[in-house]
Amino acid sequence: MQLQTMAAEKLSQAAPPADAAIAIDDVTLRFVTPDGHMMTAIRDFTMTVARGEFACVVGPTGCGKSTTLNLVTGLLRPTTGNVRVMGNPVTEISRDIGFVFQADALFPWRSVIDNVAAGPLYRGTPKGQAYERARDWIARVGLARFEKHYPHQLSGGMRKRVALAQTFINQPKILLMDEPFSALDMQTRTAMQDELLGLWSELKSSVVFVTHDLEEAVALADKVYVLTAGPGTVKSVYRIDLPRPRVMADIRYDQKFIEIAKVIWNDLREEVQLGQSRGLQTGH
Amino acid sequence: MTAISPTDQAAARATFIVAAEARARARLRRRHALVIGLRLAILIVFLGLWELCADFNIIDPFFFSSPSGIWEQIWSWITEGTSQGPLWLQIYVTLEETFLGFVIGALGGIAAGIILGRNKLLADVFSIYIKIANSVPRVVLGSVFIIALGLGMASKVALAVVMVFFVVFANAFQGVREADRAMIANAQILGASPYQITTTVIIPSAMSWILASLHVSFGFALVGAVVGEFLGAKQGMGLLISTAQGAFNANGVFAAMIILAVMALVVEFLITRFENYVVKWRPAPFNEQGT
Repeated sequence: MQLQTMAAEKLSQAAPPADAAIAIDDVTLRFVTPDGHMMTAIRDFTMTVARGEFACVVGPTGCGKSTTLNLVTGLLRPTTGNVRVMGNPVTEISRDIGFVFQADALFPWRSVIDNVAAGPLYRGTPKGQAYERARDWIARVGLARFEKHYPHQLSGGMRKRVALAQTFINQPKILLMDEPFSALDMQTRTAMQDELLGLWSELKSSVVFVTHDLEEAVALADKVYVLTAGPGTVKSVYRIDLPRPRVMADIRYDQKFIEIAKVIWNDLREEVQLGQSRGLQTGH
Repeated sequence: MTAISPTDQAAARATFIVAAEARARARLRRRHALVIGLRLAILIVFLGLWELCADFNIIDPFFFSSPSGIWEQIWSWITEGTSQGPLWLQIYVTLEETFLGFVIGALGGIAAGIILGRNKLLADVFSIYIKIANSVPRVVLGSVFIIALGLGMASKVALAVVMVFFVVFANAFQGVREADRAMIANAQILGASPYQITTTVIIPSAMSWILASLHVSFGFALVGAVVGEFLGAKQGMGLLISTAQGAFNANGVFAAMIILAVMALVVEFLITRFENYVVKWRPAPFNEQGT
């Protein structure tokens, strides 16, 4: 097997084990559009994330990448198949879940510390304790001097740091990320990826990270899921055996990294081309 | 050739920057003074022309009054009182009706807007009735209220309430509907209950919309109160206008109009102060008045 020597081992999909952090088993999701048409968002989708594992999902635009995250939160229900989180079927939004959004989802009328303390306060932690923890998390993401600032006074990268602190303060066992760094410039993005890996290694959460950026996926993940052009299903799964801890600024020049990215890109390319030609036909 | 030392260069650059900043500040001050001066000039020219036209009978001061006539009327109201009692009492009565109507209408509008904004079924059911109610010319309701509630304060407050309610309701409803989906999902996943989402996400994000409607609707409340008094009352600025109209006293009508305008401006100023206090988290808006 040539693939294995290149550290990108192509895995075969089996039914998920019972103790997985996230188990999406043969899920199809259809929904009815406002003008009454049936749309299939994803079909026959199977995905397993072990405890403490970092999984990335890449695929062409509009293939249902974000849908997979919403299945895990419970905001969307599968039409067929089932979704289990920490061994339990998903019925409501689990307290174990943290979610970092692509768009800015901070509350603009709250200062940094009020934003970070929001999670514990919503969950009934006493005020003093919630603010103490918030202060700690703000310091961890390096924003101690900006506790009293409002989001509009911060740069895009700083706002993302606040969003990470806001999510991590709840100590989620499951961390879902929907293209969280796509709006940042290259340098800020690299810094945020390092920040994320640092926080993740402390908390040992199981992560599903959705991105359209294959290099970001390979650099961060233990496992990369490549999806087909919509309706999305898993085309192939790769295990990324790059050593940790990884340094984002250096890893992209690593020979092994480049080989892995090439292998997966060959797989992804046809789907991207298919997705784009379809987009041109339908005018999206 | 003599070399310029870096310290000399830095010092030169610093003096240059100080001088440039001073010039820029002076330019801003001059522009500010120009704007104020032009505003005053327009006011003086307008009042002067009006006064001259009235003096030379180009316009008939009996119908269109004159600045000096209006001022004499206001002065006599202040010093001698009006035909229906002291001027302050008239202002007080109208303001009280306006405020009561404004507060009740605004609170009702905000509550209804949030409830309907958060509940799709209620919104779909009631939207048609609200559209119908909104298309009724509401000033006409003043007659109904005077028949039903009498000449006292209640009928004016009721008219002010219906004037205010729909404006505030429409804005609160829109504000709730425009609340950012990602922000709501974020609160949900952070652990907020539906009630917490309403109080900590929906209401703050609808706040800019609601505050915008308060500016407009205070004017509407004033219109409601004055029209109510106009239709039938024992006290108030509206009655003052109606009495002056009955006596063909153009000075009186204009004088009352100016007093109402001053009242509206003062309250508008207070609402702006309140708005700035409530939404201090917003980036400073671009100040178009240059003040």
